[in-house]
Amino acid sequence: MAEGAGQRDVAVVSVAVRQEEALTDENEVQLLVDLVNRARNAVGLSQAEIGFTCSGSSDFLAGQAFSFVQTLDAVGAFPPISESHVEMDGAFALYEAWVKLQIGDVDTALVYGYGKPSAGSVRDVLALQLDPYYLAPLWPDAHALAALQARLLLDSGTVTPEALAEVAVRSLHNAVGNPNAVRASAEATPEELLAAEPVADPLRASDLAQVADGGCAVVLAAGERARALCERPAWIRGIDHRIDGHALGTRDLTRAPSAAMAAQEVGASSDRLDIAEIHGPTTSQEWILQRELGIAGGTDVNPSGGALAADTLMASGLIRIAEAAARVGAGTADRALAHATSGPCLQQNLVCVLEGD
Amino acid sequence: MTDPDIPPRALAEAVVTPEALAGLEPVRSVRTPIRLVYDFVPSAAAQAYLRAYAEKRILGHRSPVDGAVFVPPRGVDPRHGTAIDETVDLADTGHVGNFCVTHLPIPGRDDLEVPYVSAWIHLDGADIGFLGLVAGCATEEVRIGMRVRAVWKPDEQLGPTAENVLYWEPSGEPDVPVGRAGNRAWRGRTDG
Amino acid sequence: MAESELLRADLVVEYPFTRSTGPVVGAFLTGLREGILLGIQRRDGTVLVPPTEYDPVTSEPLTEMVEVGQAGVVETWTWVDPPRPQSPWEVPHALAMIRLDGADTAMLHGVLVDSPTEMTTGMRVRAVWADQRVGHIADLDGFRPEAS
Repeated sequence: MAEGAGQRDVAVVSVAVRQEEALTDENEVQLLVDLVNRARNAVGLSQAEIGFTCSGSSDFLAGQAFSFVQTLDAVGAFPPISESHVEMDGAFALYEAWVKLQIGDVDTALVYGYGKPSAGSVRDVLALQLDPYYLAPLWPDAHALAALQARLLLDSGTVTPEALAEVAVRSLHNAVGNPNAVRASAEATPEELLAAEPVADPLRASDLAQVADGGCAVVLAAGERARALCERPAWIRGIDHRIDGHALGTRDLTRAPSAAMAAQEVGASSDRLDIAEIHGPTTSQEWILQRELGIAGGTDVNPSGGALAADTLMASGLIRIAEAAARVGAGTADRALAHATSGPCLQQNLVCVLEGD
Repeated sequence: MTDPDIPPRALAEAVVTPEALAGLEPVRSVRTPIRLVYDFVPSAAAQAYLRAYAEKRILGHRSPVDGAVFVPPRGVDPRHGTAIDETVDLADTGHVGNFCVTHLPIPGRDDLEVPYVSAWIHLDGADIGFLGLVAGCATEEVRIGMRVRAVWKPDEQLGPTAENVLYWEPSGEPDVPVGRAGNRAWRGRTDG
Repeated sequence: MAESELLRADLVVEYPFTRSTGPVVGAFLTGLREGILLGIQRRDGTVLVPPTEYDPVTSEPLTEMVEVGQAGVVETWTWVDPPRPQSPWEVPHALAMIRLDGADTAMLHGVLVDSPTEMTTGMRVRAVWADQRVGHIADLDGFRPEAS
C-alpha cells in the first residue's frame, strides 16, 4: 500500500531473533517457545492479549505436511486463537498481520517465521518451487540459478567480481557485532575472497549466504496501544510486495522490477534512509537489490551482516524487518528500509519502511 | 495492457500446433516424482522418551502451569506455550479413551490383520491419550473406559523406537466410567 | 548431548506426482517426444520457448505454437559439480539459459561438456536427444557445443 493513504498507524513494538548453524536436537517448537515468549514478554503481553497470530514456514523444508500446526504448540493456541499461516517467509506473514491491523478489529498481532534447513538440502528443496514441467525435473538448485543470474550481471558489465567481493566483505565485517551471525570476520578482504575457486561458477562460497537454522518473532501493535507498549515504536510507514513473472526466460534476470516497484510504492526514496536491511541470498542479489531499491550512499546497508551472514529460509526476510525495527526502537536509526525476497532469482519482493517518532 | 480488472479469458480457443504433430497422440500428463531425504533428529524430550521406552519406561512431561501430564513429552504445554522441563514416569497401565475399528488393510503394515483396533490409550497419571493398538480380546469387546495394560515386545527386540509396545490388552479391572474416560487436561483436573 | 550420542534417522518423503499438462505444455512435451522443439507466438510475433499458456506481460491467452530451431546461443551458464542427486545427469555438467534459433526467450537445460573451460557465454549449442522419449523435459539429454 502506498505511503500515507489513510492508513492506521501500526508499529513493530518487540522482536526476538535466533539463528545458529544447526539446532540439531532442538526442534522448531522449542525454538519458538523461546522466541515467542521473549517477544511477548518484552512488551508484557500474554497470548490472550494478542489479537491475531500469523506465521511463515515451509513443509518441504520441515519434511512434514501441515508442519505449522505443530509449531502452534509454542504459541499456546488454547482457548482457540485467531491464527493464519503463509507458506512464505515470515515477512509476508507480517504483511498479512499488518492488513489485519488495518482492518481495525484487532490492535495487536504476533508474527513469526522459522526454518530448520540443517535437516535437509535446502538448495535442492528450493528447486521444487520451480515450474514442475520445464524446470523442477532438471533440479536446478538455488546456487545454480543464482549463478546464472550472476553471470548475466557480470557479462553485462554493470558489476565486477571485485564489487561482489566487497558486498561479501561488508557482510563479514558488519556481522562481527551480530550474535546471530554464523559467518563473520573483522579481517576479511576482497583479495582473499577472490582467491577462492568458484563453487557455483561464477559465484564463490563467500558469495552464497551462510545457511542457518533459526527463527524470528515480532509483535505488532496499532496506534496508542503501540505507544503504551514500548518507549519507541518502529512505525511501519509503508509496506508493499510485488512479483515478477514466473518463466525465468521472460525476465531480465539482472533486474528486479518488483523490488523497484515495491520501494516506490512505500516512498522509500522520499527521505533519507539511515539503514537498509536487504534480504539478498547471494552477493549478486544483494547488489541487484541495492540498485533496485534506490539505496543511496549515506545509508548503512545491512548493519547486521544481512542474509549472507546467516540465512534461514522462511525467516530471513522477517529478520531483516526485526533488525531494522530494533535499530529504530533503540534510536540508532530514525528511518529504515527492510526488504524480503521469495522465489527464484528475486522473483518476489517485499519492502517496508520503518520510522521512529 | 489488459485491464487488470477483467480476468484473463480461459484457453477456450484451440491451441494450434505445427503440421509435424498432426495426427499424433498428444501428451496429456507427465510423471514428476520427487524424493526428499531429511536427517531427522528428535528433540531432546523425544530423545529421552525413546531411550526410556527402550527400557519399558514411559516418560511424560508435567506442566508447570497446572500440573497436567503430557505423553509423549514434547517439552511444551501446548495450551499455554510454556516450556516444560519436569519429567515424570508413567505406569504402563491405563484405559481406552476412544477407539476405532478398521476393516481395511493399510500400506506398509502387512503384519496388521484386519479388523484391528486403534485407540487413544490414557495412561494412569497422564492427562492426554496417546495412540496404540488394542488386542487380546474380541473387537466387539473394546469399549471406552476399558482398562488395559501394555504387552511389550520381548526384551531382546526393544529399542529406541515407538514400536516397543506390541499392543494394549484388557487388564480385567473394572472400567473407568464413560463420563470420566478420555481427555481430562482440556477440561481441567477437578473431575479427573 | 554429544552429537555422536543423538538418536537420528533418515526421514524420506516421496511424492509420486502425475500432472496434467494442458494443451500448451502437452504440445511442447509431445514435440520433445517426436524430437522437435516448439515455442508459442505472442501477438507481436515474438516466440516464447518454452511455451506458456498466457502472455507474461499482457496475460492474453496464447495459442499459436510454432517449431523453432534445434540449436541456439548460450545466454548464461554455470557449472554443476557434483551433479544434484535427482537431476537427469550423473556427471558434472553445465546448466545454461539457451535461446534457440527462432525463439525470443531462453530455456534452461544442461550443456554436456567435460569442464567449465569449454563454456563461454554466446557459444552455440545443439540439442542432443535421448534414445527413449516419453514426453518429458528430460527427453532432451541436453545440448552440446555445435562445432563438436
